[in-house]
Amino acid sequence: MAFETKNVEKNQLAAEVQALKNGGQRLLTMTCVDLGESFDLLYHFDLDLQMTHLRLTVPKGESVPSISGIYFAALVIENETQDLFGIKFEGLALDFGGHFYLEEEVKKYPFCKVTVGKTEKAGEGA
Amino acid sequence: MATIVPFGPQHPVLPEPLHLRLVLEDEIVKEALPTLGYVHRGLETLASIRDMDQMVQIVERVCGICSCIHAHTYCMCIEGLMGIEVPKRADYLRVIWSELHRMHSHLLWLGLLADAFGMESMFMHAWRIRERVMDVLEATAGNRVIISVNKIGGVRRDMSPDQLRWVLQVADELEKELDLIKPVLTNDYSVKKRTVGVGVLTYQQAYELGAAGPQLRGSGVAQDIRMTGYGAYKYIDFAPVVEKDGDSWARTMVRFRELYQSIDIVRQLVSSIPDGELAAKVKGKPMGEIACRSEQPRGELMYYVKATGDKYLDRVRIRTPTFANVPPLLVMLPGCEMADVPIIALSIDPCISCTER
Amino acid sequence: MLDMTATVLRNFLSKTHTRLYPFQVRETFENVRGNLDIRIEECIMCGMCQKKCPSQCITVNKEAKTWEVDPYACVYCGICEECCPTHCLFMPKDYRKPARTKELNQQLQLKGPEKKKKAKE
Repeated sequence: MAFETKNVEKNQLAAEVQALKNGGQRLLTMTCVDLGESFDLLYHFDLDLQMTHLRLTVPKGESVPSISGIYFAALVIENETQDLFGIKFEGLALDFGGHFYLEEEVKKYPFCKVTVGKTEKAGEGA
Repeated sequence: MATIVPFGPQHPVLPEPLHLRLVLEDEIVKEALPTLGYVHRGLETLASIRDMDQMVQIVERVCGICSCIHAHTYCMCIEGLMGIEVPKRADYLRVIWSELHRMHSHLLWLGLLADAFGMESMFMHAWRIRERVMDVLEATAGNRVIISVNKIGGVRRDMSPDQLRWVLQVADELEKELDLIKPVLTNDYSVKKRTVGVGVLTYQQAYELGAAGPQLRGSGVAQDIRMTGYGAYKYIDFAPVVEKDGDSWARTMVRFRELYQSIDIVRQLVSSIPDGELAAKVKGKPMGEIACRSEQPRGELMYYVKATGDKYLDRVRIRTPTFANVPPLLVMLPGCEMADVPIIALSIDPCISCTER
Repeated sequence: MLDMTATVLRNFLSKTHTRLYPFQVRETFENVRGNLDIRIEECIMCGMCQKKCPSQCITVNKEAKTWEVDPYACVYCGICEECCPTHCLFMPKDYRKPARTKELNQQLQLKGPEKKKKAKE
């Protein structure tokens, strides 16, 4: 079971995802991995029990285009990632503003390895 | 005039805290907005302070009802990374326990659904039948719900021939009991009145919204991760249970027929279980990335594990089925009546502790 | 309709499926992990159980020679029992009885590593 991913750039992301959707792929989920200086965003798709993975690497503090316009189901996942890792998604269909899981008192992104205060800019703390 | 009615987090039909803000116009739901996070525990991050063996017990606690399957999938990931060949008997035992979990989960859910549409006696019957499965789990694995039988490389407990015979006997009894409640469930006018045509999810919607498990199969998509043949599923034959209609009734029927399917799978497994080792030797540390999937009672479960050659894993990501079923729920609710919201919410078999981890 | 009548009659005539719990207690099955206990005189204070415990409910104090488990944090997985080098940990099948106070943290002491010098508090 090899794990093969296809690297994509931020500006190609929407086109790639749309192409996969046209090919009949279902969005399984997204995974965010903290790499220290940047985040790895993995998009997992499924067609006929076969998985396809896309990999998008973004530096900390940068925002990512949302795919919730293409796959509506992505909005839950993106809101979750936004809560837990502090990645901003642009054009989210339903934006909870980082309070999908977490209450307003929570002042840091709990899943980051070096947790970044929500009040300061996300890029500085990393 | 739109009214906003909160549904949950405390609600008689919900065993777990799910909050929905329902925008109503008269009695009709126009929009539903979810709020999650009441039971968010951050179990994924525990990977950084608990080593990979201890994580087996941690991932079991993501969801009590399908604990064995969580641990099985996690172990599959680590075994895949380290190239461990699991002994055949261990594979069989894991799957037997998984199917027992599926049975008791579906029976629990059937009871809850019956309770939601006011059929108390069905609730009692379903839970009475479920108790037999719980007894099997307690006697064979040592605990009732979170059974802790999986470990990396195999299983920790064996089933004696007596116990295997007993499992077969329980499967027979279960089938008889199910035959008794089947006509009540399938022919009853009031059950159909509450479920047929309620919360319809079309084939297209189910597929595009990424619904999982009985939601997907209830809408006519024949997708069952067990068909990939992980564990011992490759040695037995079965076909996914599919219903066409996509309403709450279809989902009920999928789960009810899956009970029979599980009984059948357990029979096939018990009759062909090989002798042999229970666990393979585990040496070294995992390295690399992997994604594994399995079929839970509620749908497909995905684990993504990234390891860096340390005994602590870099990242464990758990995609639970209910998490995938939240968007379909939001699509099913608009247009239904307020009184049907509990039925629709329950028909996705929500497991909120799974969803939030 | 008739299906239901049969079920009603059957339930009416058969025994109850529940038990009057405090008076009628079901036997627990063999090999059930009901409780965690230690034969303290065999313990060599290696601390392996403390290291392997997923819920970190065991505390082994090598100086004071104490072994302590927090039964409210223990998840009864049985990992400690398996990894114990002297097999002095064991899991009896009977569950702990309900108690009024929560202070029972089962603390046992030992004076001398392997000899029978046992002192309980």
